Amino acid sequence: MPSLGADMEAGTLIEWVKHPGDVIAHGDIIAVVDTDKGAIEIEAFEDGVLETTVIAPGQLVPVGTVMAMIRPTGPGQPAVTPPAEPAAAAAPLASEPAPAARPARLRVSPVARGLAATLGVDLTTIAGTGLQGAITREDVERAAAAAARPGAAAPDRLAAMRTAIAATMSRSKRDIPHYYLSTTIDMSTAVTWLQAENAKRAVPERLLPAVLLIKAVALALGEVPQLNGHWLEGRFQPGNGVHVGVAISLRGGGLVAPALHHVDRTGVTELMHRLQDLVARARAGSLRSSELSDATITVTNLGDQGVEAAFGIIYPPQVALIGFGKIAERPWASAGSLGVRPVVTATLSGDHRATDGHRGGVFLRALDRRLQSPESL
Amino acid sequence: MPEGIAAIVIQALTRIAPEVNPSAIESSSHFRDQLDLDSMDFLNFVQALHARLGIDIPEADYPRLCTLESAVAYLSDRVAGTVPTPDPGSR
Repeated sequence: MPSLGADMEAGTLIEWVKHPGDVIAHGDIIAVVDTDKGAIEIEAFEDGVLETTVIAPGQLVPVGTVMAMIRPTGPGQPAVTPPAEPAAAAAPLASEPAPAARPARLRVSPVARGLAATLGVDLTTIAGTGLQGAITREDVERAAAAAARPGAAAPDRLAAMRTAIAATMSRSKRDIPHYYLSTTIDMSTAVTWLQAENAKRAVPERLLPAVLLIKAVALALGEVPQLNGHWLEGRFQPGNGVHVGVAISLRGGGLVAPALHHVDRTGVTELMHRLQDLVARARAGSLRSSELSDATITVTNLGDQGVEAAFGIIYPPQVALIGFGKIAERPWASAGSLGVRPVVTATLSGDHRATDGHRGGVFLRALDRRLQSPESL
Repeated sequence: MPEGIAAIVIQALTRIAPEVNPSAIESSSHFRDQLDLDSMDFLNFVQALHARLGIDIPEADYPRLCTLESAVAYLSDRVAGTVPTPDPGSR
């Protein structure tokens, strides 16, 4: 059972997506696990062949428990070995039906599908409890009943998430010596560019200011890599890419901060689509394991709530968190004259074990500079 | 037509905020405050209306989509063609 963030202690297997004998590539989804952050798709860490599954759907196990055995097909394996061969060799171990016979991933009984259509229940948001994780009539009825009671949806999950957040944030405040910096950034160039850009774009292609902020953070981290990574085993370990965790509040309470991968190398249009998809899946409770475990920094944007500045708590083992407030018009002095400009307050919460305020200041200055050239984001 | 558009607007909203009781949406109060929508929710709302009604909705017109009343009035005009679709080339 992989750790899907510092706040996770255990998970319940919902279903095996891959079965004994299946050939697995790095990044393939092999299982779905229920956590307080929803049904998480577990991705393979390496290439190989799924040899045996150790735990069964429905089992709740602590983080670190062996769930399955994967035989690696690393460089030691002859390159000419066709993938089908190890699969066939492992097949006798399998007690599951032949993988080829499996239908599309979402298993739904015909009765449940009809009922979902009648009740207006989105099947992709339901965790099935039937055979192999199939969605049953009861699952649909339960989902419909939960949806009908505002605020009462999944109180257990919300309580569990609250407990997990409490534990992680307490640990962060106990273990991480935070320092806080803030700066106010002139956003007139970025806002003007964004308006002109969005006027040219069809509705589905339009950008939110949040995308520019996230991209600018990623590029500024390229200049100050000391803020991008993890504090592990008593030392800073740089991230293996710029994977920005985005704090997403969930309807009904709680939050998750799944990662957008390689933000520094992603164009703003692509990033916008990925952010939109990530927010939708976070709120539907269907994230992937890499999204919950890979973030090398977190960005929180509370501008929509009209907040002026957000001083966040670092999500361990990360070493920094960037906060943004509302982009709002303010009086602004520049070159000896006073004008009105849209500005945003950016904050940095830094881990003083990994960096000092000077380094943090360099980062905020780089962030400001990046936002003055929105066309280069 | 306005009633059909009101239904479309409400459907788009309740897809974003599934816990909201459609009949509880007040016609003149702001969605953002009433339904706790953030900018991503609002973008999804505009995209849903765009997909459903097949009309362009310029960003400058977003303020007119802030309440049920004004959204229905605006969208009805746009669908009826009384507000011309802006030519993207001239912008």
